[in-house]
Amino acid sequence: MNVKSILFLLFGITAALGASAKDVQLLNVSYDPTRELYVEFNKAFAAHWLAQTGDTVTVKQSHGGSGKQARGVIDGLPADVVTLALGGDIDPIASLAKLLPTDWQTRLPHNSSPYTSTIVFLVRKGNPRHINDWDDLVRSGVSVITPNPKTSGGARWNYLAAWAYAKRHQGGDEAAQRFVAALFKNVPVLDSGARGSTTTFVQRGIGDVLLAWENEAFLALKEFGADAFEIVVPSLSILAEPPVALVDRVVDRRGTRTVAQAYLEFLYSEKGQDIIGRHFYRPSEPAAIAKYGRQFPQVELVTIASEFGGWAAVQQIHFADGGVFDQIYAK
Amino acid sequence: MSAAPSRSLTPRSASAAPRATQDPAWARWLLTGVALLFVVLFLVLPLVAVFTEALRRGVGAYLAAFTEADALSALRLTLLTALIAVPANLVFGVAAAWAIAKFNFFGKSLLLTLIDLPFAVSPVISGLIYVLIFGLQGWCGPYLVSGAHPWLGSWLNAHDIQIIFAVPGIVLATVFVTFPFVARELIPLMQAQGTDEEYAAITLGASGWQTFRRVTLPNIKWGLFYGVILCNARAMGEFGAVSVVSGHIRGETNTLPLHVEILYNEYNFVAAFAVASLLALLALATLILKSLVEWRYSRVLESSKVGA
Repeated sequence: MNVKSILFLLFGITAALGASAKDVQLLNVSYDPTRELYVEFNKAFAAHWLAQTGDTVTVKQSHGGSGKQARGVIDGLPADVVTLALGGDIDPIASLAKLLPTDWQTRLPHNSSPYTSTIVFLVRKGNPRHINDWDDLVRSGVSVITPNPKTSGGARWNYLAAWAYAKRHQGGDEAAQRFVAALFKNVPVLDSGARGSTTTFVQRGIGDVLLAWENEAFLALKEFGADAFEIVVPSLSILAEPPVALVDRVVDRRGTRTVAQAYLEFLYSEKGQDIIGRHFYRPSEPAAIAKYGRQFPQVELVTIASEFGGWAAVQQIHFADGGVFDQIYAK
Repeated sequence: MSAAPSRSLTPRSASAAPRATQDPAWARWLLTGVALLFVVLFLVLPLVAVFTEALRRGVGAYLAAFTEADALSALRLTLLTALIAVPANLVFGVAAAWAIAKFNFFGKSLLLTLIDLPFAVSPVISGLIYVLIFGLQGWCGPYLVSGAHPWLGSWLNAHDIQIIFAVPGIVLATVFVTFPFVARELIPLMQAQGTDEEYAAITLGASGWQTFRRVTLPNIKWGLFYGVILCNARAMGEFGAVSVVSGHIRGETNTLPLHVEILYNEYNFVAAFAVASLLALLALATLILKSLVEWRYSRVLESSKVGA
């Protein structure tokens, strides 16, 4: 066999590989507690896409604290889609790295949030420390587990829910700041993501109460049994809208725009909403709300827009360098 | 070992030779007990815990953890990374040690310091260095996307080549943190051996390459082997630096240590400890190899001392 024939053979192999059915790969960069949700959702989407187009699609997942994941995408993690914990984490991907337009949140229904959630308390069985509402978290001697608001989206919702409660019940932002400061005095460890905190509370047995995503709390009950933990619903919490977005610069570079768009839209489909409900996220489409609504506790929910004036303001006042959180935590 | 000098210093206690120390029995037992307890508590117990947790649901579940696609891909990536990082540092380490031990040149101590740098720097920083250089917002990153540079960016994109959050970044970070192992192992050895044998070889008409291959290399063989083992262990076990540049894409940029963390965070404790036990077994194999090499190496050192 001479060199020419070897080259010919190599070209032949390459051509044969290229001619086979299209094999697409997507990368979904997501936040911490969505691991199980997207494992199931990706399988369903792959089946849907194969039936519709005949192409195979493999969706790769990356999970971590929402802020940390956003930082990764800004630094070049090639995410076709981002499904993060809050709009405030996708904003800098648009404004700082310019990977998608700044009006990204208007491109899909319900503020680009195919599912919502809220913040609840997970306590040990029998609620031995009698934790019933936010007030009980600032009592001395109560140990509260929450991740770090700097890196975790869930933790930012925790923080804002506590703030909203205190603002309503103790009057004004100043009192709220004192309240949140007292709450964080009771936090022995700040993990970088929601899942890290759940593991700290559930597996390592640290703390009296975990401030958790509703879905994360339900999952912990499912994994470890209702005989070990119970969920406490506070009198007031926050409507958490974890949004999803297409990363334009990446999909255009990789030529995956159509499939990535279909992937996000599939989240709103009947099948997608069904998977969302089964994983204890609150669905956004009426049919799925009717089906799964009863499994969620009734609780008064404030929104980020009405209570805090949107993520841009929240980010600047509370979580930017030297913001309120830094002042609280430095004390 | 310590008995030898004490005997020569105190010949009068020759009658009490069987007793190594004069301490009372309870003190000896207490000290030995504390030492043993420490070893059990901090070394043996964690190792046992890894294996008991891994085997909690039986051998079937244990083995299933390795046949899962993401675990296999993590194993492949870890082996690939070690396969690139170790030879790279082997070549560099020998070259650097050779230059430092056998020659005198300007900036030698600076080079020595630089070789030590990865030991001194936290692995997280080692990872961040590469994000700062190759990240999209970093020094070189902007030039690596198409349109920014006449051909570089488009060429990389056309071939779907990504540096950080991909295999090249993981390899770079691993090379960086394992950089000193081989060189650090060889430098003292080569310095102790001196340059006499090389001079002799060259005087007898050997070429530079012949001298290196037939004189220097056989002399440093065991030290080199030892350095490579340590380098390999670290390359396969590195967590911090790799975690920063990995992007945590499962099935793609996950190494074994990162995979352990992911499994643990997914409440998949059996699989997490099963993969951890694989790393522990690797560490044990490394230790056994190391002891074997050390044993050979000490004999080589002793014979070279006798020779000198």
